[in-house]
Order: sequence, then structure tokens, then C-alpha cells
Amino acid sequence: MSESNQGMDVGYVARLACIDLTEEERGLFQGQLDQILHYVEQLDELDVSNVEPTAHAIPVYNVLRKDELGSSLDHDAVIANAPSAADGQIRVPKIIDQ
Amino acid sequence: MKYEATIGLETHIMQKTNTKMFCSCKYEYGAEPNTHVCPVCLGYPGALPVLNEKAITLCCKAGLLLGCEINPYSKWDRKNYFYPDMSKNYQISQYDQPLCLGGQLEVEVEGEMKTFTLERIHQEENAAKNTHASGASLVDYNRAGTALMEIVSNPCMHSTADVMAYMTALKQIMQYGGISDCDQEKGQMRSDVNVSVRPVGQKELGSKVEIKNMNSFAFIMQAIEYEIDRQIEVLERGGKVDQETRGYDSDRGETFVQRTKEDAHDYRYFPEPDLMPVKISAEQIEVWRSELPELPSQRRVRYVSELGLPEYDAGVLTADKAVSDWFESAMQHTANAKAVSNFIMGEMMRLLAGSGISIADSKVTPEKLAEIVGMIDAKTISTSAGKQVFEIIFNEGGEPKAIVEQKGMAQVSDDSALEGWADAAIASNPKAVEEYKGGKPAAINSLMGLVMKASKGKANPGAVMQMLKQKLDG
Amino acid sequence: MAELHTLTIAELSEMLSSGACTSVELVKDLLAVIDARDEKVGAYLTIDREAAMEQAHAADEARAAGKSGVLLGIPVAIKDLLNVKGQPCTCSSKILEGYTAPYDATVITRLRDAGAVLLGRVNMDEFAMGSSTENAALGKTSNPWNLEHVPGGSSGGSAACVSADEAIASLGSDTGGSIRQPASFCGCVGVKPTYGRVSRYGLTAFASSLDQIGPITKTVKDSALLLEAICGLDKMDSSSVDMEVPAFSAALGSDTSLAGMKLGLPKEYFVDGMDPEVEKAVRDAVEHCRSLGAEIVDVSLPNAKYAIAVYYIIATAEASANLARFDGIRYGMRLDGKDPAELYGRTRAAGFGPEVKRRIILGTYVLSSGYYDAYYLKAQKVRTLIRNDFSDAFKQCDAILAPVTPTAAYRKGEKTDDPLKMYLDDILTTPVNLAGNCALSLPCGFSGAGLPIGLQIIGDAFREETILRVGYAYEQTTDWHTRKPEL
Repeated sequence: MSESNQGMDVGYVARLACIDLTEEERGLFQGQLDQILHYVEQLDELDVSNVEPTAHAIPVYNVLRKDELGSSLDHDAVIANAPSAADGQIRVPKIIDQ
Repeated sequence: MKYEATIGLETHIMQKTNTKMFCSCKYEYGAEPNTHVCPVCLGYPGALPVLNEKAITLCCKAGLLLGCEINPYSKWDRKNYFYPDMSKNYQISQYDQPLCLGGQLEVEVEGEMKTFTLERIHQEENAAKNTHASGASLVDYNRAGTALMEIVSNPCMHSTADVMAYMTALKQIMQYGGISDCDQEKGQMRSDVNVSVRPVGQKELGSKVEIKNMNSFAFIMQAIEYEIDRQIEVLERGGKVDQETRGYDSDRGETFVQRTKEDAHDYRYFPEPDLMPVKISAEQIEVWRSELPELPSQRRVRYVSELGLPEYDAGVLTADKAVSDWFESAMQHTANAKAVSNFIMGEMMRLLAGSGISIADSKVTPEKLAEIVGMIDAKTISTSAGKQVFEIIFNEGGEPKAIVEQKGMAQVSDDSALEGWADAAIASNPKAVEEYKGGKPAAINSLMGLVMKASKGKANPGAVMQMLKQKLDG
Repeated sequence: MAELHTLTIAELSEMLSSGACTSVELVKDLLAVIDARDEKVGAYLTIDREAAMEQAHAADEARAAGKSGVLLGIPVAIKDLLNVKGQPCTCSSKILEGYTAPYDATVITRLRDAGAVLLGRVNMDEFAMGSSTENAALGKTSNPWNLEHVPGGSSGGSAACVSADEAIASLGSDTGGSIRQPASFCGCVGVKPTYGRVSRYGLTAFASSLDQIGPITKTVKDSALLLEAICGLDKMDSSSVDMEVPAFSAALGSDTSLAGMKLGLPKEYFVDGMDPEVEKAVRDAVEHCRSLGAEIVDVSLPNAKYAIAVYYIIATAEASANLARFDGIRYGMRLDGKDPAELYGRTRAAGFGPEVKRRIILGTYVLSSGYYDAYYLKAQKVRTLIRNDFSDAFKQCDAILAPVTPTAAYRKGEKTDDPLKMYLDDILTTPVNLAGNCALSLPCGFSGAGLPIGLQIIGDAFREETILRVGYAYEQTTDWHTRKPEL
């Protein structure tokens, strides 16, 4: 963590997260998040090189379902939830190929 | 300077499952838009994924067919990026513990056997389908979340011929294994291609360019050729190839920049908390192994060694799984492999080519061909009559025996009838008789021709020959 | 009859089955109380009057037709992050404006099957991110004990409505203390079940590896009754565990003796900055348990002090992905743009409140290229140490006694400008979520200012019966739970 002490580039990270920030928000979050990251540095006290990470609180394996058909949603309900739709599809601004 | 290209493929294959990867919505190509969708595949609040057992089985079987090691412990990860076709704005995939590791594919390329090695196969989910309308795009989520596996090769190919052989073999194996139909028109097999170029003799690889998401083998070949030429040109000019992602514009026959290294995605992979890891036991792997179908290469060997077919026939018959399955089925009813093979390679292929139907839909069924072959072998009909029967059934349907009777195609082996025709032939052609007796055995063929003509093709050629020899030699 | 709203599930269930009252009367009574009080308390976001009355009628008819069941006809309030078919599910966020849930969460299905009446949906911190319900975009909720104070959070509405007798019981969700802390602040009983006990299907996810749905009730017995209805394997949630659900209410026992029970006291849980009133109330509760026959043993949870750091890395990382789906495309609010990227940026800027933005940005950062190992992976490893601490502790005791929060409910606005200060208050609740085990919060006293103080009883994984039994014995021999706020 020590090499990452320069603090985060809030503007860059907010773009990764697809959230437009105002100047004011960026300034406010920068200070608050730097403070939180500083707090989190206390984990550096611990040597965890030989510790396995925990991804699931209760370890369970092989939870699988059979390849059997279930019910789908009513098409009209799906379209009714969409902010914009046309021809039974969800309408979005023109996608430029990735 | 001479250059060498290095090519690796990431091939996405849609598996043959009834339902999607993480929900029980149906996968159906061409359905009305947004009719096979649910909270899970639409990324609604609160919805959770559950693994499709069949997809896992198919992915592991694909791995076994390709010589992969099945990972005893594999897990799921979220790959984060925003895109309208990805309903959760993360794709559930496998980052560091995929289902299958390693593997290889042995293929013949221009007469030389080559081994192309694999890095891994991992399971993931498909994206939705976007259509671009004027000023807007429309999204159909029917395909969102369908089972998709990614077969990642090592950068081990060096020419378009290598790539073509690799993809053809891969497709054939996936079809044989019942893993996928690999229908490229339906987007069931798509590839990203990594291409780099380096001066021959240079150890490290050149900068890698990724060409994304191509369906057609022909376009993949064109894109690779274009890209190799482009990169060589850059290097020749003393330039540097940029590591980037490109697309292929098939109308212009060119690749174009989609994303530079600087805008590369930061996918922020992390373990998927909603899905539990999968543990696969050695016993399970053995069960799957025992269920694997015979591969084309294995069938080819068996056709030669056990059925006594020529290498050529074995190759033709196994090239297409449907043809090979049809052949196998015919062999349930006859022992004459060569005759069946001849019919398939000859009459069947010729007639299919003109008709546009598939072998499985042919009116000549494996049983009917076996019956035709049986009648030829029993000398009930001649080979040429057999071909006629085949064509009649192919076009109009019907039963072989009934057609032979109806058309009076049965051969005549009856001695009294043959004797009459033989005597007439000898009497009418003393020149041939003289030549034969004078030491020219081939002269008997013209007598034979006369008998066949007189019998309108129904005389049994073997019996005629015997009769003529008896009379002349006697 | 006018006081039906003050009663418990256990009491009302007997009255309903004996015919002393009907569900319709009960729901009418509650709606009248809500009308009289909720302007002050602000617990509800939506009151489903018509649907609730229909369900009450249906419950009465079902009973007349011979159906029975503890929850048949009992009105329950729902935290507004659970999908209820045909209803909005706002998560107290603007971004879900216009969204209608097309399906029932599994817990909702189970409540419906049991014949419970869904009264309405209650307020919360936006997407369950907060400890005071001040991060709600759609309502303001007050503590019924003192309207100037916060009800706690994130399940602030769930606790406030039960405390104010505006519902008989409610469902909340607990990711880092979001059931136990508001229950404690409002003088209610709340249970965070073991991870995997209750299906999360239909619960709008905050942090998937930590979230768990649980009850907030007036008594321990009611919590046991509600838990019995909602626990159990669900094939729609891969993390739900295939384990038999005990009859929790039967496990409460008939006597209040704790003889033979070993209760652990973790020294690390009496942290610096703890309000002396809180510490005294909890220590008195410990002595009370000793007087009931329990043996009190010292236990140690040495890594619990890292819980906040670990929690705010793991929870925000998971949240950054979980909340990516709120993008203005398929449902909810949309601010258009020239391309999808612009649409996302604008929609998410306008749709999310500041705390949600802060946490998404933090979570995005800790997962980003170059930082994953230093933050996320490290946090997962320290999570293992915290789990191990609990495993070790439960070798020495049957349950652990601890405070829920360092202070009683504080004044509104006191901590809103300092997120870290707000986070630090979760120090006593987050370790349980990280370890995955269960815990219960119940009233154990009042501050000098008249605000409730909570006792936390922590159990090993799948030992809900133990913590309920300890809580029940304590509750039956004290009278804190009988006090009501003046409204």
C-alpha cells in the first residue's frame, strides 16, 4: 500500500465508474477519500503473506442448476420499465463500436 | 528484411444449451426481441445468477476433446465495463481459475502435421444484440447471458493457412462433440485475432494488435493478411507498431483503430461473490471422458484400419460430421463399406450439391442405400441399375425393391436366356471369335457388349462372361 | 381493541386464531396509527393501503376456511430494497424512479405464503449505504424516542416503524450493522442471520458477500417467529445454504436460566470513545446474564479493530460492481446523452446521492489496475484473520456479549459532514458480517437523555438458536422492551 500513498485521482476513477462529478464534488471527495485511504493504511501493520483470502463468508461449492426452462418476464412489463423503447427493443443513444 | 507473423486466437463459442448460463430463460435464435428475458439476464435489482450445469459439462467436455487439463478448482469473476449490451455492466467470466487449462490441436497444414497449443478455455456469458438504427441503437436482450466459452490459443500460428486449419479443426471438433453447432451466421463462433510481426530471427514478439469479433473465416483470413502487410509496412518505414485494438471493415477490406493502448479498459476483475467455486473430481472427469464421442481423426483411423477404406475415402467421409454419422448409420445395415463410401462420395454428394438439402434430410436413407448395396452384392441388379435406383429415390422417394421390380431392373442370370443371346452374338461376329481364338482375349469384350445390348443391360455380366468363355474355349 | 398496534406477533397471532380480532381490524388500526404518527416519524416511503387491506381480507377468509399459521394476517413493513411484484423498489434513490418490480423477492414470497400482510415499504439510507438514514434521497426518518435524533441506519425506517408501533414487525437488511444498529437506536430487537440462512434473491445488492436480510421486531420471540418464515435454502441464491431450519421459537425454552451457558466478553469491544452510559448498560447486562446462571469468560478478537478498514474496502468494491447496473438503460431514471457514455455519466451523477458516489468511487479505486493487491486482496486476507478470531473465540464460549454501538442515537446532522467518523461507528457490528456469523441486538437500557441502548449477542455460524435463547432469557427477566416512546 505504501507505493500508493500519492492518493487517488478522483476525476479518473469517477470516469471509470461513469459518474460525472462537479468541480465541487471532486474537491470534496478528494479530501474525504484521501482521509479514508489513509485510515485504511493501518492494514499495513499486518503480515498476511501466508494468509488465504476470504471471498465467501460461508464456503459452499458446486451450486448448479439443471438446464431446464423456467419462466421469462412479460415482454410488455420489460418495455414499460425502459425509459425509452422502440420496436420492442430498448432504445439507447447510438452506440459507436468499442 | 524478412518478417515472420505470429498469430493467436480467442475463439468464442456459444454452447448448445436449452437455457442461458445463469438463468432459466430459453436461448432461441431469431425470437421476437426481448421475449426470452428475466430479472437475471436484464440485470434487474436483486436478481442473482445460478450456474447452468449443462454449460459447465459442455465446457469441460470441449476441454477433454482438446486435450486440456480440467481444473479441479475453478471460480468466477466479474469483469467490469459499461456497455449497453452488458446488462449488469459487468460480465461474469473466469479470470485466474478457468475450467480448462492447456490443451492442443493437431492439424494437417498443407501436408505437414502441426500442433497448435491452447492456453485455456473459460466459461462466460454472452452480450445482448445491438442494432444500429438512424440516430439511435436498439438493444435486444434475448442473447444476453447465454452460455459462451472462450478458447484461447497460444500465439503459435504463423500464417493464414495455420489459422484456417486451426479454426476448421476446432469447428469440426465442437460439432462432433455436440458442444456447439458453430453456426457462424448465427454468431455461434466468433474470434478475436491477435497479430504481431517481427523480423525473422528476432526472439521477442512484436507489438500485438487485436482484431475484434469476426464471424466469417474468409474475413478473418482477409483481416490477418491485411494486418500482416500493414505491420510490415510500418516496420519497413522504420516505424513502430502500436499495441491497439482494431476492427475489420469487410467492405473496404481494411482494419481500423478501435481503441489505443492508452484507452485500454481497466476491467477491475474480482471474485464474483454471488457464485460459488466449482470443484471437479477425477471421477467426474472419467465419467465425462467415457461419454465423449469419437473425433473425426479417430474415425478416420478406424475407417481405414477396421473397415478397410482407402485413406482418401476416410478423409472425405469424416470431413463433415453429418456425412460421417450417415455413413455410420448405413454401416449398421451392410458390411460393404467401400460400396457405401462410393455411393456417398459419388451419387450422394453430386445430388446433394444440386439440391441444397442436407444429407440428413435426403430421401435416400442409410437403410435404403444399404438395401441397394445388398441387391448389387447379391447380383440382383447391376451397379449401374443401383445408381439409377438411388437417383430415383433421391428425387421421388420410394422403396428400392419396389422400384427394381416396377422398372424391370433385375438382372438375368438364367442360362437358357443367356445361351440364346450368347449364340446370337457368336454367330453375328465371327471376326471377334477368330481374334479371341487367335490369342487376343480382349476380343471377348465386344461379344460381351452384344449380349448386354441384346439383354437391355439386364444380363448378369459375370454369368455372360462365363457362358461365352465356355462356348469359345470348349 | 384500540391498542392492537402495541401488541406483538405472538400476542396477535393468538388473538387472531381465537377470533378476538381480525386482520382487517388490525390493519385498519395500524393505518390509523401511521396516519397519526408517520408525519413525525417518517418511516414509510409508500403505504400500500389497498393491497394491505386486500391481503388482510384474504387472510381472514383463509382463516375462516381453516388455514392457520403464526404470521397469517400479521402486518409487516418492508425495507424498500426488497422487490415486491408490481410495486416500486426505490432503495431511497432517485435513480430507481419509475422502476416497477416485476417479481417478488424470495423473502416476500415466503411472507405471502405464510399469509403475512405487506403494509408498505419503509425508508433507508440510499442503497443501504449509511448508518443514520440521513443518506435517504426520498424521505426523512426520525427516531421515535427523540425526533431530533437519527433512527440509525441503514434500516432506519424498519426500526422506526416498529418502535413507533406503526408496524408489528419489519424486514431490514444488514451489511455492516444495518439491522442491529437501528434496532439498538430505536429500542427494538433485530437479528442479522448467518450468511446463507436467508435468500438474498430480490434484495437489491449493496455488498453481496456481506448482505443478509433479517427481522426487526418488538420482542425476541417475534424475531424467532419471523426468522422461521424467511430462512431456508433457495435455489435462486447460490450462496443460500442447504441446512435445516430449526424451530427457533421452540428453542427459546420455557425457563430463563442460563446455567451451563458460557458467554464470552471480548475486551476489544469496549473501544476508546465509547459512551460511559453505553458501557455501563452493557456491563450491567453481562452481570444480569451471570445472575441467570451463565458463566462469563474473557475472549479476544484481536483483529476486530481492522474490521472498518477491511469492511470499507470489500463492501465498496462489491458495491461498485453491484450498482453499475443503475445506468439509465433498462429501467429507472435516464438523463439522455449523445452517446451511451454521456448518458451514463449524467444519469449516475443526477441519480445517486453523495454517499453512494463516494463509495462507488472508493470501491472502483480499490479494484483498479495496480491497486487490487494492495487494497482488495489484502482486505480479503485480513477478513480471513477476523473469521479465524471468531472461530477461536467460539471454542471457548457459546455466544459473545458486546455493545452494538459506541453511543446511543445521536442528533441529526452531527456526523453527515465527516464520512470517516460515521464509518467508525460501525466498528462493533462489521466484524460479524465479515465473519459471516449471526448476531442479535436487543434493548438493555436507556441513556440519561432517554434514548435506548442495545446489547449485541453474537453467535457462531448457524447458531441462531443460541443467541435467541440468551436474548429471550435476558428479555424475560428485564423490562426494557416494555417501554414505549411518547409520540
